[in-house]
Amino acid sequence: MRVNFTVNGRPQEADDVWEGESLLYVLRERLGLPGSKNACEQGECGSCTVRLDGEPVCSCLVAAGQVEGREVVTVEGLADYAKQRAEAGCATGACGTSLQNAQGWQAKGTDSHTGEGAELSPIQQAFIDAGAVQCGFCTPGLLVAADEMLERNPNPSDADIREALSGNLCRCTGYEKIMDAVRLAAARQGEAV
Amino acid sequence: MDFLRPASWEEALAAKAEHPTAVPIAGGTDVMVEINFDHRRPEYLMDLNRVGDLSEWEVGEESVRLGASVPYTKIMENLRAELPGLALASHTVASPQIRNRGGVGGNLGTASPAGDAHPALLAAGAEVEVESVRGSRRIPIDEFYTGVKRNALAADELIRSVHVKKADGPQQFSKVGTRNAMVIAVCAFGFALHPETRTVRTGIGSAAPTPIRAKAAEEFLNAALEEGGFWDNGKIVTPSVAKQFADLCSAACNPIDDVRGTASYRRHAVGVMARRTLTWTWESYRGTRRTTEGAA
Repeated sequence: MRVNFTVNGRPQEADDVWEGESLLYVLRERLGLPGSKNACEQGECGSCTVRLDGEPVCSCLVAAGQVEGREVVTVEGLADYAKQRAEAGCATGACGTSLQNAQGWQAKGTDSHTGEGAELSPIQQAFIDAGAVQCGFCTPGLLVAADEMLERNPNPSDADIREALSGNLCRCTGYEKIMDAVRLAAARQGEAV
Repeated sequence: MDFLRPASWEEALAAKAEHPTAVPIAGGTDVMVEINFDHRRPEYLMDLNRVGDLSEWEVGEESVRLGASVPYTKIMENLRAELPGLALASHTVASPQIRNRGGVGGNLGTASPAGDAHPALLAAGAEVEVESVRGSRRIPIDEFYTGVKRNALAADELIRSVHVKKADGPQQFSKVGTRNAMVIAVCAFGFALHPETRTVRTGIGSAAPTPIRAKAAEEFLNAALEEGGFWDNGKIVTPSVAKQFADLCSAACNPIDDVRGTASYRRHAVGVMARRTLTWTWESYRGTRRTTEGAA
């Protein structure tokens, strides 16, 4: 079957989708967006977290056909998504992340250690600055979940952060640095206002 | 596999009548796991996300009509006052991502003994509204669970909503697991005080082939509270009464040994949770009584 939906602000079309396929599979294998990670395929790990009509969900548990006509934001579009949020909408009318740009998206820029030269959302920059990335496999899911929490709750307590990230597992167990990163992003967000 | 996309409830019923083997999918948090792991290859998958009123709820005089697909997040955010037991249970479901998708209809459809909503629904008192092209009926929650992962639905029926009685007193929910998030219950316990009828109700999860009530324990506690004049005098529940209640709740269990826990552990833990939830709710009831008396 064919599925039409919006990915990172741009309309996309996926063809030859098998009816039992997950949104995660469509994103990774049909649209070439491997940012959302495939780990447990049963909603236990949160590595495949995306926004579906604004809400963080495990894309491995959404049937592809269920996203027809709906909006999905993946980690590849997070920088643009955060930018639009900060600017309160799309001023130029040409926002969103094209499939080509999303497919080629890297956090590298000119310096992968500092994130310099790359288009990053504040939460991505905070993860780099706080050293919250180890093997990196859980990172995309954590970024999407943490970004959504900071949107809802600009002043999170540690308990709020732990609760919001409770569905994302990091098997390098780098949770303390991840907490630091979210606290850092929240503090920077507060300064910017 | 065929993907069915009914745009309305009527279309969904018609599709289910035409294809009784169709598997309904709403949040997908149970169904997709089975498909991803190749445990299930349904002929038809029927998406219910397009049936808008399944995600709505209405607060009535006596009860709340909760649409089958209302996600747990919404229950926690909006129905804490009316359905405190279910709101507490919702909070223990998996993770934020899962709670944004999963709802009570799915818990009932899967009818796993470990489903978190069941003890709260049993304790509060609920009816499941199911419908087919043949008509609509309401199944009392006590009669809904018929076996391990089996329920009272006919092949052409769909779950439309659950009618849960609004709390007329304190309710509690307790769950045993290895951590707070992402845990399937080793066992769980729901408890509700119903001061209007001077009764109590219980719900036990994951300690029998189906979710169950501990009816003998309820009857014992109803009699003991009445006899001691506890509803009126607001005294603390005697430790011996609480212990007897806990023992009867343990005795109501019919658990198995499995990877999550042993039968004897489950029996013991249900007793502990029964005593604790009784104490928590009773303290809360006594507190409310004092407040009302002070105000009068």
